[in-house]
Amino acid sequence: MKRWLPYPTLSLALLAMWLLLNESAAPAQLLLGTMLALAGGRLLAQLQPPLGRARRRAWAAAVLGWLVLADIVRSNLAVARIAFHPGSRGRVAGFLAMALDVRHPGALAVLACIITATPGTSWARYDAARNVVTIHVLDLIDEQAWIRQFKERYEQRLKEIFE
Amino acid sequence: MSWAAGTLILLGALLAFSGSLGLARLKTFYERVHPPTMGTTLGTGLILLGSMLHFSALEARPVLHEILIGVFMTLSTPVTYLLLVRAALHRDRAKGRDPLHGAPEGDQGER
Repeated sequence: MKRWLPYPTLSLALLAMWLLLNESAAPAQLLLGTMLALAGGRLLAQLQPPLGRARRRAWAAAVLGWLVLADIVRSNLAVARIAFHPGSRGRVAGFLAMALDVRHPGALAVLACIITATPGTSWARYDAARNVVTIHVLDLIDEQAWIRQFKERYEQRLKEIFE
Repeated sequence: MSWAAGTLILLGALLAFSGSLGLARLKTFYERVHPPTMGTTLGTGLILLGSMLHFSALEARPVLHEILIGVFMTLSTPVTYLLLVRAALHRDRAKGRDPLHGAPEGDQGER
C-alpha cells in the first residue's frame, strides 16, 4: 500500500484531473488515469518533498477556502474602484512586514498563493531566518489592523491544517 | 441560460479590462502589479463559470473541465508574480534605492 500509494491524495487528484481532461469515465480512461496517478505518486516520493504529513482537517480547509473566495471577490471590487479612480482620496500603497507563526513549507506555499490571488496584496519577500514575510499592499489604511485580521483569518487556520 | 452565461462572461471581461486599465493608470511598478490579478482570479472565474454553463446547456451534459483551468491559473500565477516583484526589487536595489528600507533586512535565507 505504502509502496504503491505513497501520496494517496495526490494520486486521487491526478486521476480526477485525467478524467476531467478527457471528459470521460470509460474503463480505458480509468485505467490510463490510474497508471498516471500511481506513477505521479511514486515520482513525488522519489523527489522526497520536505512536506511532512499535513493533518487532515477537511473542515478547516473548507472554511479557509470559503474565506479566500469571499476576500477575492471583495478585493476585486475594491481594486476595480481604484483602477477607475486612481487619484481619489488619500490612498497609500506600501510594504508591510509581518512576523509569521507558521513555518511549515506547505502552509507558506498556500499563504503565497492566497496573497497573490487576492488583488491588492502581493508577496514581495520571505526571510526564512526570522520567519518574516514582506507584503506590498495597494490600499494600506491601518497596518496593525490589517496584520491582526490577516493572522486571525488565515494564519490560525493554516496552523490548524498543517502543524 | 444563454443570458446568464453571457452576463457572466461580460462581467469577467469587464474585470479583466479594469485590471488592464489599472495597469495603465497606476504610477509605480509595485502598485501596477496588483490590478491584473483581477483578470487572473475573479475575471477568469466568471468567464469559466459562463463557459461551463453555456456548454453544459448546449451539449445537455455537465461540462466541467474548465475547473482545471481555474486550478492551474491559481497555482501558476503566484510563480510569475513573485519572479516579477523579485526582479523589480533587485533592479531597485542595484540602482541604490531600496523600496524596503523600512522593512527588516536579511538577505541570507531569503526565498
